[in-house]
Amino acid sequence: MDPIKEAMLHRSRSAKLERRGRLLSLACISLIVLVVLAIFIFVASRGLATFFTNKVNLISFLSKSTWAPAVKDAHGVPQVGALPMIVGSFGVTFLSAVVATPFAVGAAIFMTEISPNLGKRILQPVIELLVGIPSVVYGFIGLSVIVPVIRTVFGGTGFGILAGTFVLFVMILPTVTSMTVDALKAVPRHYREASLALGGTRWQTISRVVLRAAMPGILTGIVFGMARAFGEALAVQMVIGNAALLPKDLISPASTLTSVLTSGIGNTVMGSLENNALWSLALLLLLMSLAFNLLIRWIGKKGEMK
Amino acid sequence: MKKLLGILAALSLTLLVACGAQDSNGESITAVGSSALQPLVEAAAEQYQSDHLGVFINVQGGGSGTGLSQIQQGAVEIGNSDLFAEEKAGIKAKALTDHRVAVVGITPIVNKSVGVKDLTVTQLRQLFTGEITNWKQVGGKNLPVVVVNRAQGSGTRATFEKWVMNGRQPLAAQEQDSTGMVRSIVASTPGAVSYVAFSYVDQTVETISLDGIAPTEKNVTTNAWPIWSYEHMYTKGKPTGLTKKFLTYMQSSRTQKRLVAKMGYIPMTAMQVTRDVQGNVVRK
Repeated sequence: MDPIKEAMLHRSRSAKLERRGRLLSLACISLIVLVVLAIFIFVASRGLATFFTNKVNLISFLSKSTWAPAVKDAHGVPQVGALPMIVGSFGVTFLSAVVATPFAVGAAIFMTEISPNLGKRILQPVIELLVGIPSVVYGFIGLSVIVPVIRTVFGGTGFGILAGTFVLFVMILPTVTSMTVDALKAVPRHYREASLALGGTRWQTISRVVLRAAMPGILTGIVFGMARAFGEALAVQMVIGNAALLPKDLISPASTLTSVLTSGIGNTVMGSLENNALWSLALLLLLMSLAFNLLIRWIGKKGEMK
Repeated sequence: MKKLLGILAALSLTLLVACGAQDSNGESITAVGSSALQPLVEAAAEQYQSDHLGVFINVQGGGSGTGLSQIQQGAVEIGNSDLFAEEKAGIKAKALTDHRVAVVGITPIVNKSVGVKDLTVTQLRQLFTGEITNWKQVGGKNLPVVVVNRAQGSGTRATFEKWVMNGRQPLAAQEQDSTGMVRSIVASTPGAVSYVAFSYVDQTVETISLDGIAPTEKNVTTNAWPIWSYEHMYTKGKPTGLTKKFLTYMQSSRTQKRLVAKMGYIPMTAMQVTRDVQGNVVRK
């Protein structure tokens, strides 16, 4: 047969390779999607059982402040009020983000605008090193250094939201800093040149041109940091005191969604109300991380340079 | 492509080896649950395995609730628990067989600064319900009381509350999910009070006598000190094969006298009384 005709009638080698590659990557992505869906369905089915099987009122779940799933109140309704944990989680998350942001932005400006050389060679590796430290190490340092310091300075037991804030501050600092660095680096060079050419000082250029242009990126970094803080379990659990109480101040023991989950899950029986209530907390965590993700996308879209 | 094939080949080889190893090793069982009982079972399993080559006993923690629910589902061979299965919500105790392997005494501990060595049970209860807020109300120093609890559902906490709280709810306070953590917090926090198993008491904390009775093993064996619990190893139905052999080994007087006592638990053989799930005490 004519070799050209034959080549036209059969799939070429590269076409076959391409198809194989496409199938392979499709398989990978469908596996990931499947895993995510499975996790979501599992957590949701367990978490929603509290409301459908055990007949707990959703409003009272979100607004009551007594957490004792094993104990029924005067009306025979189990006491599952998650408000203390919700307040605790948001408390440590926002406070640590508020404390970490100025430091992160300052460090990022130094690393990109003021001394890029030093930043690249020394500061960047140091920050990246911080990311790699396991959270139990942070928690342990918090327990043996930060808690006693808070106890001697402010009184009380030392356990509480303040201790959690300090530990989380160090943990999210590298995330926020490196994302801010990326955002600052992405600002086109001609923005700075134009500002300088107009007679702007270095400070004016940084504060009014570079920071403003990089704002969406910086905000994304902050939200990423908050998402990490919200989901952190071990380090926070070690220093926050794990008391399911509405926090009155920053130095009395409090709890977060994650700390109640990790300390309670081994002591409950699958399918019981105590267990379902913990899954409801897990569902709440999952939904919050979804919300953080949506927020990041929204910021990204809103701040796109046109 | 060659690389991929290589990886696949390596993977299947590992699988084959793993399966083969399990086959030639004969029996293997898994015991899951109570972290209070875990060290004892681990030590016993280690000894048993060195005496009987080719068997494998896998011991895991996870908490009493995990132990009971796993054995109920039949996912493991042995479920370890600090509590009677009847005491745990969501467990059908009828299907499970109880094997008591040790006794654990629990004692209140306080920070060394409080200046109190003896309390009545009522005073101890009032400390945990929040009616007593300062140590000077019970004859100690002028120091606020800091209550540290174990996590809700913990076996130690359930035992303590059963014999001390008299049906009353403790105030919401700090909760820790491990005994070691409780001890280090009590040791370092002025005015702290909590409770731990006897084996965790060391010189960093102070124990409390109740109505003049000291928390000693001797007082537990006569039930003069009421805050203690059995350590249970549950099986689904009657145990068979390696599970049965291992449980017999755990309950044998040799293991009880040597290993159980050495690990800081109270041997079943030393007990002069028995207690059922309702708390009825019978002299042996």
